[in-house]
Amino acid sequence: MNRVNEFAFKIATANGSGSASANSLIMQAIFRMGVPVTGKNVFPSNIQGLPTWYEIRVSGKGYTARTPQFDLMVALNPATYEKDVKEVQPGGWLLHDSTWPLDERLHRSDITLIGIPLAQMCNDHFSGVRERILMKNIAYAGALSALLGIDADIIRTLLKEKYGRKPALMDSNQKAVDLGFTYAMSNFPCPLPIHLAPLDKTKDAILIDGNTAAALGCVYAGATVGAWYPITPSTSMMEAFKRFCLKYRRDTESGTNRFAILQAEDELSAIGMVIGANWAGARSFTPTSGPGISLMNEFLGLAYYAEIPAVVFDVQRTGPSTGMPTRTQQCDLMMCAYASHGDTKHICLYPSDPREAFEFAVKAFDLAERYQTPVFVLTDLDIGMNDWMVPMLQWDDSYRPDRGKVLTAEQLAEAKAFYRYLDVDGDGIAARSLPGTHPKGAYFARGSGHNKFGGYTEDAEEYTEVVDRIARKVNGARRAVPAPVTQGPGNARLGILTVGGCHAACMEAVDQLAAEGIVVDYMRVRGFPFGEEVTAFLEKHETVFVVEQNRDGQLRSLLTLETGVPVARMESVRYYGGYPMSAHHVIAGIRARLEKVA
Amino acid sequence: MTYIAKPRVHHPALQKNEIGLTRRDYEGTVTTLCAGCGHDSITAAIIHAFWELSIPPHTVAKLSGIGCSSKTPAYFLKEAHGFNSVHGRMPSLVTGANAANGAITYIGVSGDGDSLSIGLGQLCHAIRRNVNVLYVLENNGVYGLTKGQFSASADPGSLSKRGEPNTMEAIDGCLMALTLGATFVARSFSGDKAQLVPLLKAGLKHKGFAFIDVISPCVTFNDHEGSTKSYAYTRENTVEVVQADFIAPAKAITTEYDPGAVREVTMHDGSTVRLRKVADDYDPADRDRAYHYIRKKHAEGEVVTGLLYISTDSKDMQAQNSLGATPLVQLPYEQLCPGSAELAKLQQQFR
Repeated sequence: MNRVNEFAFKIATANGSGSASANSLIMQAIFRMGVPVTGKNVFPSNIQGLPTWYEIRVSGKGYTARTPQFDLMVALNPATYEKDVKEVQPGGWLLHDSTWPLDERLHRSDITLIGIPLAQMCNDHFSGVRERILMKNIAYAGALSALLGIDADIIRTLLKEKYGRKPALMDSNQKAVDLGFTYAMSNFPCPLPIHLAPLDKTKDAILIDGNTAAALGCVYAGATVGAWYPITPSTSMMEAFKRFCLKYRRDTESGTNRFAILQAEDELSAIGMVIGANWAGARSFTPTSGPGISLMNEFLGLAYYAEIPAVVFDVQRTGPSTGMPTRTQQCDLMMCAYASHGDTKHICLYPSDPREAFEFAVKAFDLAERYQTPVFVLTDLDIGMNDWMVPMLQWDDSYRPDRGKVLTAEQLAEAKAFYRYLDVDGDGIAARSLPGTHPKGAYFARGSGHNKFGGYTEDAEEYTEVVDRIARKVNGARRAVPAPVTQGPGNARLGILTVGGCHAACMEAVDQLAAEGIVVDYMRVRGFPFGEEVTAFLEKHETVFVVEQNRDGQLRSLLTLETGVPVARMESVRYYGGYPMSAHHVIAGIRARLEKVA
Repeated sequence: MTYIAKPRVHHPALQKNEIGLTRRDYEGTVTTLCAGCGHDSITAAIIHAFWELSIPPHTVAKLSGIGCSSKTPAYFLKEAHGFNSVHGRMPSLVTGANAANGAITYIGVSGDGDSLSIGLGQLCHAIRRNVNVLYVLENNGVYGLTKGQFSASADPGSLSKRGEPNTMEAIDGCLMALTLGATFVARSFSGDKAQLVPLLKAGLKHKGFAFIDVISPCVTFNDHEGSTKSYAYTRENTVEVVQADFIAPAKAITTEYDPGAVREVTMHDGSTVRLRKVADDYDPADRDRAYHYIRKKHAEGEVVTGLLYISTDSKDMQAQNSLGATPLVQLPYEQLCPGSAELAKLQQQFR
């Protein structure tokens, strides 16, 4: 098992023990060695004490999907020994704290045990309970650096960068790293057959999570009002927005801010603030998760019908109800597409990684204002909260926000009359006016029945005329949402169609299937309403495997409803246990269906 | 139907305000409420207040929720942007709008169902946030559009039109606003325009959340004997404690009152609200005493009206968020986007 730059390992600790900084230190060091790396934080809905895991996949080939197959387990949490030891691949390794006699639950004859007295070493070299616990984590990072061949100089540099201004902290961290490193070097054959060798595959890349990237997108899009109610896994997005705004949008001289962040009393209020701010002319957004969208449904219908822009980020987590708040799913596809009572349909964007989260955040504001309607950006916990290796974010300085049809005071002064919902241009989009612009721009926004002049109505024809135009308008957005990504020969018998974060797993699966001689065409949808090319893809292939992360095949349902292609043409491949999709799920699903057909 | 426009013919002799507008210029469409509805009197008072303050109508935004009261923004200031939103959720809309553009004068109109039941949470938090808005609660104790159910402001023991007594405790919006830290709390009666107009003017000039609870009898469902929100009961049982006069900036203050009973409050724009205490034992600057006074009088069967509490030294939401004089909506994009060079620099952190 000599797998240089192709392996995965997992670290099992307790929540709140400080392992996060050790784990990110390892991730970053591998990244700096030029080797593609992905980290998945598997954490509990808890502040301190419950089990937590960190999974690191190293892939010189550049695969970034989660793998459930671990070559090495760092088992430091007795509460999960039993489960953790089972996850090691035969022939793999298990690192444990040998301060205490070996726990019998860790016995397994087909793996190699690596005992390192982490607690003992830290008790001998550090004082104070807190420091001893924290340094135990840094010590395993040191041991891993020896075992896996992580460049010790890079670790030293990283510690310097992180603790440069706190020499005492830097010294104790470096000491802990050295303790682990030296012990491993002198007691085990280092490096193990699974190890790293420097590459140059990360120099144009960054490690970033989707919430941070999406928040940055909001800053670059010129969003000024963020309203929110804290909810896992979206919380870090508004925290990042605040951090960036304090960096870029604070006038230190006058002490004034060029942004407003409103922490609302609930999600109903958060979306209300967003709609109010957009109505007044600001670019405004809210980050939330499924339970928040459930609460926002009423207001989303208002924004749709009164035609007010709004941008909503749904960092999806498992449902229904509270579900598993710290596990990932793609379970809000249906809800977001048709949120609210009454006939509605909403523009949705589906980023597959943090880079697209950045780009689609900007796109979402342009679409919301162009089409005067709510726009959803659906990421998920995996994209939102985990660090992904993605190409560096790019920005075109010639970009200017597309504010859509907003009449200026001059245009209103010259106009004979202004009617808010009159389709003057024939594209289904009526011009809007902002409060305070001009006396002629006044209109009465309402969620009650209205005619094209903006007046209240209970007249069948007047009502129908407006709602039909809105349907035409939103359907028109199918040409403006990001086009699907495709790959493959184009004439294969089989197709794979997926969405969002399943992309990484599907790409890996496509390669593995090709190695088995199974050729597929691939499509990843990136926006809703679906464009014509999606229908064409479904019609062109004998069988299309629709890969997604929810129980009921929501993407397949949406495709069936929106394209008219018979559902029998689509084979559903689903994984919805709460971990990110892996290639192994995709292949297992496809193989099972192929065998059934054969 | 609310889209019926009033004829725009003005009598040439109509009195004009400082910006050359007549009261007709502050009107909206024809009301569709029942003849004699208290809400229409409030609408007339609102028109009067805006006209007297000479506020250009298009610099105003009027927002509401759902219900009879929430229809009324259509009946005043036709040149102002209006927003008839969803039930109980107007406070969040006005909060967002205010964050985006603090240069607009905001008025929110709501009812007792809209504010004290479905929208209770939003109202409370808008008060806490001290959003700069005049919030008028048109309070009739009843759900009119759904034909006569008790609202949360109906007094225990008051009778419905069918004679059923209300068994639950009432929520008093003014007491609630006081406990939540409201910076301007007033109560009035739709039939008392002389009291209401100056209160509305003071509320419009208040920098922060100005809460005015206006008892407004529902002629169709809550104006019978046994109702505590009827014209007859309200006329009999209201007791005014502090009269407010609004004086525009730079206007000479005439002293027609006994100076010992008059207290002047300077508003943020330099205008003055002159408070004349009618009740000797009342202090509109003392939150706790105001609270207890209202409770005490309520126990005696009396409804206290007037400017119940005012504080002008607290920060409104704009100030709390360190927003500058230029509204966010007017900031050029160049001041919002850090640009590509900065993005490249920032990303060194992510390596």
